[in-house]
Amino acid sequence: MIKEITNGTHSLAKRIRLHALRMTSLGGAAHVGAIFSCADILAVLYGGVLNVDPAAPESSDRDRFVLSKGHAGGGLYAALAERGFFPIEQLSTHYQDGSELSGHVSHQLPGVDVSTGALGHGLSIAAGMALAGRLRNAEHRIFCLMSDGECDEGSTWEAILFAAHHGLSNLVVIVDYNRIQGIAPISEVIELEPFADKWRAFGWAVLEVDGHDHEALECALSSIPFAVGKPSCLIAHTTKGKGVSFMEGTVLWHYRIPKGAEFDAALAELEGQG
Amino acid sequence: MRDAFVGVLTDLAPQHPEVIFLSGDLGFGVLNNFIARFPRQFLNVGVAEQNMSGLAAGLALEGHTVFTYSIGNFPTLRCLEQIRNDICYHNANVKIVCIGGGMSYGQVGMSHHATEDLAILRSLPGMLVLSPGDLWEAAEASRYLLTHRGPAYLRIDKSAAPQTFRDGEIFQPGIIRTVREGSDVTLAATGGILGEALLAADTLAGRGVYCRVLSVHTVKPLDTETLVAAASTTAGIISIEEHAVNGGLGGAIAEALMEAGVFPGFFVRMGLRNTFSSVVGTQRYLRKVYSLDAASITETVATKLGITLEVLS
Repeated sequence: MIKEITNGTHSLAKRIRLHALRMTSLGGAAHVGAIFSCADILAVLYGGVLNVDPAAPESSDRDRFVLSKGHAGGGLYAALAERGFFPIEQLSTHYQDGSELSGHVSHQLPGVDVSTGALGHGLSIAAGMALAGRLRNAEHRIFCLMSDGECDEGSTWEAILFAAHHGLSNLVVIVDYNRIQGIAPISEVIELEPFADKWRAFGWAVLEVDGHDHEALECALSSIPFAVGKPSCLIAHTTKGKGVSFMEGTVLWHYRIPKGAEFDAALAELEGQG
Repeated sequence: MRDAFVGVLTDLAPQHPEVIFLSGDLGFGVLNNFIARFPRQFLNVGVAEQNMSGLAAGLALEGHTVFTYSIGNFPTLRCLEQIRNDICYHNANVKIVCIGGGMSYGQVGMSHHATEDLAILRSLPGMLVLSPGDLWEAAEASRYLLTHRGPAYLRIDKSAAPQTFRDGEIFQPGIIRTVREGSDVTLAATGGILGEALLAADTLAGRGVYCRVLSVHTVKPLDTETLVAAASTTAGIISIEEHAVNGGLGGAIAEALMEAGVFPGFFVRMGLRNTFSSVVGTQRYLRKVYSLDAASITETVATKLGITLEVLS
C-alpha cells in the first residue's frame, strides 16, 4: 500500500517542483527554495495521506490542512491543481494581475482552508479547528505545515502550549526543518536545537524523519496520533531548494527568482529526475 | 456593563450551543456562573491573546460563534494581526469583547486604558464596532451579537450613562439613538461617557441652551443620516469619546459628513489629544483631567456659541 502511494507521490512531487519553478519564474516570485523544501511533504499529503475530495472541497469530514508557512503557497496550489481542485492551467496566473493565486496562500481557492502569510498564525487556527473537531467527536484530522523560521514567533509557542494542555490528538504539525530562514541559517539567527526535545518538553509526541523520504513520511503519518492523548509533531529534516543542485542548502534561493540560464538549468535538472 | 454582557450570554447560551466563550485568563468571579452552567462552552485559554484570536478563527471556521474576552488592549491591539488576517480576512464569526473601554481602569494605569481601539478596529474590513453608552444598550448589543454573523468588536465600559431606554424601544444596531432632543447643539457620544454629555445637557438646559444628545453605540457602520440631520438642524456637532481624537468617533463623524457634503456650523472632537492617559486617578477624575467631563463639555458648548455661563459645576 505504502509503495503504491509513494510511486505516485514521487511523480507528484516532481510536478509540484516543476509547476513551482515555472510559477515563480513567470510571476517574478520569491520562495522557490522554500517550496522545494516541502514539495515532498505536500506530495505525500495530497498524494494519499489527506482525506480530501476535489469534488467536495468543503465536506465536513475532510481532513483540514493549514499551510502555516504561507510563502510556500505556490507548492500548495500546484498540489491542489494536480489533485483536481482547480484547473492546472490556472497555475500560470500565479502572481499575475487579477489572479486569485497570491504569492502567500489564499483561501479564495477551492481546497485551501486558511489564508496565511504572516508567520506564527497557522498553528493557533489549526488548534481551534482541532478543538472544534473534538467538541463534536469528529474523526477528521487537522494538519499544519510549519516552517522552522516561524518557530521564532512567540505565538507559535502559545499554540504549542495550548494544544498539549488540551491533548489535541487530532492535530498534527509537520515542521519543514531545513534550517535556513529568510536571510540566514537558523544557527546564526535563533538556534532551535534541541528542537525535538523542545516539542517533547512542551507535551507533544514527536517523530523525526527525512522530509524527502516519501516512505518514511507516509509511514509516520499513517500512525496518527503518535501517542495517545497528545498532539503529534513530525519534524521533517529537509534541504532548502531540494531538487536543484545549485539551490540546495543555500540562503540565496529563499528570495531569488529563477530566470534565464538559471531557470533553464533548474528545469533541465528537475525534468531529468525519475 | 460587563455584568449586563455576561448576564445576556448566560441567559442565552442554552439557545446557542454553537457559542464558545474564550477568556484570556480574565473574568475572576464574574464568569463563575457561566462557567459552572456551561462548561462545554467556556475555555480559559491563558494569557495568550494571539493564540486566543487564532483559536477563535479556527473554531469559527468550523461553525462556532466565538467570543474572545479580555481587558482593554489585550484582546485587540496585542493580537491585531490575528484579528486582521485570521478573523476579518476569513469573515470569521468572532466577537471580540474588551472590558475596560477608555479609561475605565483609571488608577491601574495606561497599559489598561483602551484609547486607540475604536480607530484601529473600525479600520478593519467587515468589522462591526459596538460601543454602548448605558446598561440597556450593553445588554441589547450583547444580545444582537449572538445572531450577528461575521467579525464584531464590543467595547464594554465600566461607567454607564443612566438608563436612556424608553418603553417599547427596540435596539437597532447601526442606528444612532437620540437620547435627548434639542435643537441648539448636538452632542454625539460613544460609550459610558454618554452620561457626561447628558449631565452637560442638563446644565445647559438650565441656561436655555438645548442640546440634542446622540448615543453612537455603533461606531461602524456609522449612521450618516442621523448625523447629517444633526449638522443641518443644530448649530454644530461635538463628538465626545474616551479615546484619542484621531480616527475614533470624531474622526468617523468628520469623514461621514465631509463625504456627504454636509458641514456643521462648528465641529469639535472631544477626546485625548496626542497624549497617553498617564495621570493616576479614577475614571471620573481622569475625565476631568483630560477635559472630558460634563463641565468641560458645557464649557465647550458655551465657547462655541459665544455665550457666558456662570459657575459651572
